[in-house]
Amino acid sequence: MMESLEEIKARIQAAAPGVKIDIVANGSPSQQHSLLIDNEHAVGIAKFLRVDPALRLDFCSNATGVDWLDRTVKKTVKVKKLVDGEEKEVNETIEGKIPGYLEAVYHLYSITHKHGPVIIRMRTADRTDGARLPSLTPIWRSAEFQEREIFDLYGVRFDGHPDLRRILMWDEFQDYPMRKDYREPDDYEWEPTPHDEVLEKAKQHYPPRPAEEELKPS
Amino acid sequence: MSATVQTLEAMERPPVSMGSRLEGELLEVSMGPQHPSTHGVFRMNVALDGEIVRKLKPVFGYLHRNHEKIGENTSYLGSMPYTDRLDYFCSMTNNWAYALSVEKLAGIQVPERAEYLRIILAELTRLQNHASLLGFLLNDMGAWGTPLMYAFREREKILDLFESLSGSRMMCDYMRFGGCRVDASDDWLVGAKKIVDRFPKFLDEFEELILGNEIVIGRTQNVGKVSAELAINAGVTGPMLRACGVNYDLRKVDGYGYYPHFKFRIPLGEHGDTYDRLMMRALEMRESVSILQQAFAQIQPGPVLNPKVKIRAFRPPIGEAYGRIEGPKGELGFYLISDGGPNPYRYRVRPPSFINLTILEDMCLGHTVADVMVILGSVDIVMGEVDR
Amino acid sequence: MIGSGILKGMAVTARNFVGSYFEKDRLITVQYPEERNPLPENYRNFPFLIYDGDDPHAGLRCVACKICEKECPPQCIYIVKSDDKKPDYMGKPQLYPKVFDIDISVCMSCQICVEVCPFEAIKMDKEFELSKRERFNHLLQRKEELSKSNDYYHKICPTDAAEVDAKLAEAAAKKKPAPAPSAPTPVSAAVS
Repeated sequence: MMESLEEIKARIQAAAPGVKIDIVANGSPSQQHSLLIDNEHAVGIAKFLRVDPALRLDFCSNATGVDWLDRTVKKTVKVKKLVDGEEKEVNETIEGKIPGYLEAVYHLYSITHKHGPVIIRMRTADRTDGARLPSLTPIWRSAEFQEREIFDLYGVRFDGHPDLRRILMWDEFQDYPMRKDYREPDDYEWEPTPHDEVLEKAKQHYPPRPAEEELKPS
Repeated sequence: MSATVQTLEAMERPPVSMGSRLEGELLEVSMGPQHPSTHGVFRMNVALDGEIVRKLKPVFGYLHRNHEKIGENTSYLGSMPYTDRLDYFCSMTNNWAYALSVEKLAGIQVPERAEYLRIILAELTRLQNHASLLGFLLNDMGAWGTPLMYAFREREKILDLFESLSGSRMMCDYMRFGGCRVDASDDWLVGAKKIVDRFPKFLDEFEELILGNEIVIGRTQNVGKVSAELAINAGVTGPMLRACGVNYDLRKVDGYGYYPHFKFRIPLGEHGDTYDRLMMRALEMRESVSILQQAFAQIQPGPVLNPKVKIRAFRPPIGEAYGRIEGPKGELGFYLISDGGPNPYRYRVRPPSFINLTILEDMCLGHTVADVMVILGSVDIVMGEVDR
Repeated sequence: MIGSGILKGMAVTARNFVGSYFEKDRLITVQYPEERNPLPENYRNFPFLIYDGDDPHAGLRCVACKICEKECPPQCIYIVKSDDKKPDYMGKPQLYPKVFDIDISVCMSCQICVEVCPFEAIKMDKEFELSKRERFNHLLQRKEELSKSNDYYHKICPTDAAEVDAKLAEAAAKKKPAPAPSAPTPVSAAVS
């Protein structure tokens, strides 16, 4: 059996003091918790995970990006307040703002010991200029195309990646299509679906034709 | 022609052994996307020195439709028919991988008969995928038509089975969260068993036709060698990894479904060249036949769908899950994040044939253009999955 | 020996060539359209709407609940609810679709509309020779083209149709002790 995430965390921190690692809990029945590692030491941690004889996570199965938008979190807190001259406990809602960030998630397995997964995540500072992460391609080459894909679809720049270009979209493409706030460019081709929004969109591009009148739902 | 694989750094200059040739620049050629042997719309930018490949950069995206975004905008159930279109040769295993991930995410149990049906269909998929791959590979080598037609003849019988069970030959859309959509009748099982029982006869014939052929051996042995270390590090999975001698099969390692109840062997290669990759498919088909025969003997009547799972308005709890299965092409995984809504917050496919292409350049360097086609054929790609 | 592989291969091809005259297993080609393989009963193609009895309007089972429109993954169904109501198979007044369009150039035959329909109103057809002369309008099927009788469904899918009829008859019997005069007689008796 593989050691628990707490043990892994403790061992990494014993090997390299000053490394910040958090455990991200996963509430679903899958129980796949993950390690949130800090970007500065990410390459070192990844190397440790790969070469450590007890872990030997030599196989990076999956690397992917996740986009988390700005979120407002509402918390109900009990506050003591003066109500009608009396001190009472009152529930009060506090709105907290979590700024958005992009995340890269790596699923690691060990082919030598046949265990896994250990999931590590890295988070960018923000979703615009700070969208940079260290590349783990020097450690696991299987991340080469997958990090390129994250760069292509999410716009995370990977420092240290040998060949960071767009991979699925064409080179001249501007935006990052997998982001949650992506708006598709308005170059819709006329297709005769009976749905109103499509018709509206098509109308802006094509002059009305006799066939279009026919198509309209009566 | 020497078949040593050289590093990229060594390739920057033409080697001295080319002295008899004229000193010249590298010729850049774009192979594909409309080349018949690129299995769809795959493109490679190749730098050639004479006929020797000195650099190779794959170019993707001609079939890109942002499958993952579509998955994030449809319900959990609505993504199931879209997974058929990923690797359109193996829709059954795609369905299974997706269903397995959602079942992990929501903690759903699957009835026993459904697990058996899933194994039967997955192994039938493996048979038809590997059979047609061998046919295509021989086609790429110049054995026009004949092996491919023989392979497709067998594939056709399996597709007819899929059609009579699920309603469609290739876009099966058969599995559901917590089981399978319809039950297989006894007649269907008998018919399937008959086809599986005859399959080894086809394999014998096919192996006699091609695998001992000296042209095939000459074209494939020592071509496109990969070391086990590189294959593991580059995330290569499936028959390609096992051709390098690495014993890693998710049916054994993860033991998903009812596979731990089955007895089968994992064929392993030795050299990691194209011939081993080719043989790996032929040997795996024999193991699949044995798994299928065990499944036909063991399957018991019972329900095929967990009645607790809602069809409409299915909402898994908040969290995430990564589920993976051993598809015919390698490890097929789905990574799902649920925010409690009807659509997945994040829907990610780990496409085996896309990641297996990571080392395409390493395999092709130093070989001729004609070998590139053979090596690419032995990777077993389907563009619907590579570009998504 | 050099050339033995080729000789072996030629022997295999010769065996297949000659064998194709004697073994049905080796010759699976069908001379379409003169010759056709029978379609399996589970075969599915594009959806259609079922009506009971003879009148496509009165017997239409669809109550325009719009569930299939919402669940359809490629969004190829378009429904407009009616303003008035008509009695359904149990005699209960229900809405009916004023417009029911399926764009079969978008439909991907996934059968999810059939699975989610609570009224057994939409089923999969087996007709596949659907080539049309115009790409756009002719592939958009209207309610009139989509409505097909229950007898037709019995013809293409006898097992499932009989099951559905039995289920509906049971539901009708449970809801109403006395059979409603407007309820159409189930056709299941004719088949079983």
